[in-house]
Formats: sequence, C-alpha cells, structure tokens
Amino acid sequence: MNIDSINNGIVIDHIKAGQAMQIYDFLNLGALDCPVAIIKNAVSNKMGRKDIIKIDSVLDVDLNALGYIDPAITINLIKDGERVRKYHPELPATITNIIRCRNPRCITSIEQELPHVFKLTDREKDEYRCLYCESKAGK
Amino acid sequence: MRHITAISDLSVQEIDALIMKARDIMANPGRYQEACRHKKLATLFYEPSTRTRLSFEAAMYELGGQVLGFSQAEASSAAKGESVADTIRTISCYADLIAMRHHKEGAPTVAAHYATVPVINAGDGGHNHPTQTLTDLLTIQMEKGRLGNMTVGLCGDLKFGRTVHSLIEAMCRYPGVRFVLISPEELKVPSYVKIPLKQGQVPYEQTTDLQSVMPRLDILYMTRVQRERFFNEDDYIRLKDSYILTPAKLELAKPDLSVMHPLPRVNEIALAIDQDPRATYFKQTLYGKYIRMALILMLLEVQA
Ligand SMILES: [Zn+2]
Repeated sequence: MNIDSINNGIVIDHIKAGQAMQIYDFLNLGALDCPVAIIKNAVSNKMGRKDIIKIDSVLDVDLNALGYIDPAITINLIKDGERVRKYHPELPATITNIIRCRNPRCITSIEQELPHVFKLTDREKDEYRCLYCESKAGK
Repeated sequence: MRHITAISDLSVQEIDALIMKARDIMANPGRYQEACRHKKLATLFYEPSTRTRLSFEAAMYELGGQVLGFSQAEASSAAKGESVADTIRTISCYADLIAMRHHKEGAPTVAAHYATVPVINAGDGGHNHPTQTLTDLLTIQMEKGRLGNMTVGLCGDLKFGRTVHSLIEAMCRYPGVRFVLISPEELKVPSYVKIPLKQGQVPYEQTTDLQSVMPRLDILYMTRVQRERFFNEDDYIRLKDSYILTPAKLELAKPDLSVMHPLPRVNEIALAIDQDPRATYFKQTLYGKYIRMALILMLLEVQA
C-alpha cells in the first residue's frame, strides 16, 4: 500500500498527536484484514504535530461516534482515488457500549448485561450523562 | 402509555392537573372509590420502604383496585439473580401499573424500557423520587393556597438530600419563589442543583444559621443531618443542634409558616412542635396518598 494514496477508503486526519492508537482501538481496526496505515507525529501547519489513519477499505462503522473522542478530527472519504467527502464528525446523540458508567450506585453496576448508554446532555460543553443514573461521563 | 421516572417527566400543567385531581378526590372520595375496579398495581420494592409502599397500596385500594408485589428483594426472584428486565416482563403480564423502588440508581428507567404497562419510580437510591416531590407540591398548595410567591427555606443535609434537590427543581418553575438554603458548610447544595436556580434567575441565598432567617420563611423544609455524613465526630456534635428545630426557634417564625419534613424524622424536629399548628409533616403523609391516587388515575387513563 502506498501510504500517500488509497483508492477506496477513509483517511482520518487532524487527529491530536498521540491519539491515533486510541482511535485505532475504538474503531477496532485491529480486526480488519485490509491495509491500515498509522502516521504518527506528522507535521501540520494547523496543529504543529498530528496523527493520521488511512484505511484502504470501505468500513461499515458509524464514524460519527468519533465525534465523542474529538469533534475536530477530519474524515475524508476516498472513492476511486478521489476525495468525495470531507467532514467533521458530529457529536453523537447517544453512545452505546463505548464508555462504561463508573457510578457504583448505578443499576449497570449490578446488571452486567445492560448496555452502557450515554446521552448527549449539553452540546456546548460536550457533556454526556448515563441514561440510567445521569452521572456525567468521565473521559 | 407513559412512565414517571423523574419529576421532570411532568410539565407544570400536568402537575397542576394532578394537584386539582387530588383536591377533587379529597372533596369527593365517594366518586372515586370504584374508579380502578379490576385494575391491579404491582408494588415492586427491591429495597424496603414501608412508608412509601403503604402509601401506594392505600392509594390503589381507595380507588377500588388491587395490589400485588413484594416488599424486599429477598422475597423476589431478584434474590435468585433474575434481571430487572425479566422481572418486569413477567409482572407486566399480571399488573396494569408498576410502582418500583430499587437501591440502584436508574433501575426504574430499565424497568420502563421493558414494561408493557406504566412504571412509576418509587425511589431509586439517592437519585429520584418523583412522588415525594408531588406530595411536597400538593402539601404546599394545600397549606399556602398557592405554589408561587413565597420564601422557601430548606434546612439540614442539602448535599445528599434528593428530596430537596427535586423540590428545588420543581419549585423553580413557579413565579416569585425565593429559596433560603440553610446547611452546614459540609452539606451545602451541590453546584449542579443550582443550575436551574441560575438559569431561571431564581433568587436564593445560602446560610449556616437557621435562627437568623426564620422570620422570613413561608415554608421550612427540614431534613435530617446524619452522623455518617461527617468526617469527624467533633464536627457532627458541634453542628447538629444548629439544625434542630426547637420551640424557641419557632417563636421567631411567621404565624402561618408551614414546617415540612419528608419523614421519617429522628431528632431534627423537637417533639414539642408536633402540637404547633405550623407542623405540617403528618398532613404531608395524608396528601401523599391523594397525589398518588391522582397519578394512578392519570397513568391508567381512567376518567372519573
Ligand atoms: Zn450510570
């Protein structure tokens, strides 16, 4: 795979330097058998240093969930070698089973099979709260 | 079909309608005694609370309905490890309405998700207890004849006291309400509870001294200051008497003050005050039954 160009896939750009592996794990990219490139500490005019992830495959994942990690990252969709869409992920209204509620008094602490659902309660403050106990999500 | 897991699930208009209905039930109990004939309320109390459970059960019986359920987790299938979801699916087959109390926060939200009948949160840990707040609102309406234009003093443990937090949230929605928050430094209202106060630009003040604010209050809502909330025994001993309501302090109050308390009390209201016409806390219990009757009628969509 040529790191500079992919044919059909996704380039996740403007990742805060050092955060690429977190996104790699978050999207479970380790489970893919297509080429994946992680570029660390690339020089960026805007950010000084940044990370980039290039995935040479059309993924069937909700990339907006990345908005929870960092809404400033850029997602580029590549088709036939051309960039067809460039956007920032939106903050998802709910996130399920991505973070866990850490409140020991929450019902999720005793019912293991319950999904851990967090709702966006304040878009300005990027604040999520547990659907059940309403505790704030800790990042 | 709808569920009530928090007081914020109800609009001001709906709360007003519930209060109206409760007053009508008090005035014309005969008209309602068959209203819920052949209907069943399940009281699922994973955590014992005799006071709240009996209030719900008395409410259902007075509407001509029936009651089933359990009063502690040990007596339920939860003791065998059954999930809330499965218990609720089962109970939904037997009952028309569920009142649930649980020691874990958010359990009634889980129940509401799986129930095919309405669920009422009857208290989930230190989180929500909407029928207590409805009780408090009906009490204030009955005692003062209004819900706005008054000074409400809240005294004692304002940090952990969930009844206080939801009462603030609910009362903020009425015009002309002022709050006086009376507590030791260690037990002040947490900042997130003040958000509705600030957003609604509701005037409030914080003080550690009950005595000095007493003459201004229209409502005094007492809560218990618990020993285990303090880091050391000395602080507790030093502070506890400041937050006990005595006849001497009551001397300073308006003649039409209403003293409220969610009960059970321990020693924060002197027994001598029980005889004072300003003591409202036992009447609160009675109002609690009527507002639950009104809520049951609303959720079962019974026209009476
Ligand atoms: Zn939670």
